[in-house]
Amino acid sequence: MSHHSDSSSQFSDIPGTTVFTTLSSRRAYQLHRFCQSLMKESNRAEFKADEAAYLQRYPMSAEQRQAVRDRDFNRLVELGGNVFFLFKISNTDGSSVQQTVATMSGMTAEAYAAMMLAGGRSPAGIRSIQRGD
Amino acid sequence: MARIRSGLATSHVPAIGAAMDLGKVDEPYWQPVFAGYEWTRRWMAQERPDVVILVYNDHASAFMLDMVPTFAIGCADTFVPADEGWGPRPVPVVPGDPQLAAHLAQSLILDDFDMTILNAMEVDHGLTVPLSLMFGPVSEWPVKVIPICVNVTQYPPPSGERCFRLGESLARAVGRYDEDLHVQIWGTGGMSHQLQGARAGLINQAFDRQFLENLSADPQALRRISHVEYVRESGSEGIELIMWLIMRGALGKRVEELHRFYHVPASNTAVGHIVLRAEGFAL
Repeated sequence: MSHHSDSSSQFSDIPGTTVFTTLSSRRAYQLHRFCQSLMKESNRAEFKADEAAYLQRYPMSAEQRQAVRDRDFNRLVELGGNVFFLFKISNTDGSSVQQTVATMSGMTAEAYAAMMLAGGRSPAGIRSIQRGD
Repeated sequence: MARIRSGLATSHVPAIGAAMDLGKVDEPYWQPVFAGYEWTRRWMAQERPDVVILVYNDHASAFMLDMVPTFAIGCADTFVPADEGWGPRPVPVVPGDPQLAAHLAQSLILDDFDMTILNAMEVDHGLTVPLSLMFGPVSEWPVKVIPICVNVTQYPPPSGERCFRLGESLARAVGRYDEDLHVQIWGTGGMSHQLQGARAGLINQAFDRQFLENLSADPQALRRISHVEYVRESGSEGIELIMWLIMRGALGKRVEELHRFYHVPASNTAVGHIVLRAEGFAL
């Protein structure tokens, strides 16, 4: 049993959704320092020139570093990342937010864009794991 | 005496700013989005507010790393557009109103809202996209802006109920300011959207339309929506809608709805926009 009550646990009933918490923020602090460094053009240029060397400047975990190299945004969220920090990486790559979000949904960018044009993903059936609706 | 005469709400999707900055507003994808704001641009030119209290959330540009204030108020002379990874938006520097902001900060804190005071802050698309939507491409912004930042990204954000009461407190504070100022309040963010995981792309039109309706029909019902309900029904980023309740709380018991617009999609998001006039300020 958990030694503290975590009011964020009620969100685990919502499928396909990770809530960014104070603890995630702590886990991803160095990852997020790296992401925020990309708000400077000179840093973006250095990152693009040698990603591996640039990432060594930030003492994040090896898993986080690899997920950045892989542009695996779902994995980065699993490792504590928050999308608004992570978009600094995709912005640096010149990818749109929609293209980046599509990679997390498991759909191609084209299929995702078509779904959005058709009104987006319906909440029907993906509200609650427990209720099954 | 200063008064909040009207309020509006709008989504603040970054792609809307990019569409304006890159000259795409007449493309078939974007034209319907911008059409929804034409009424408001004409109305704004007649209203000519002196100051806008602009409620928005920072997107890992100024906060969320070393500091995560729940409620913060911008008291600086000016606010410079942030570089979010593709260079700063080519929009004017945003003028503040340090004197009114200081008055509001003091009033809110003495009214038990523990505001963080910001003497320097860069502003991202959350603030500049709403300004662009309401005023179009301009060489300088025609209003002073007091940013109010709300944490809606790191759990837990404040409750919708507390946001509503912050709006009420803001209205009282503005009413105690001696200078004769026409003030507007804007709530931004939303509507339904989710930018992560297998549920990415979630849009809940029924939820959004009821929310728009209830801003005038039943604001008390909106105060009771829980964090879990927002995330479940309107997506993990749909919870930004709590910022609209600060706007609504500041407008008093009854409002007149002047304009409403709803469109899906802009990028990943349902675009909602509404203009409300506070009771007692009919033209």
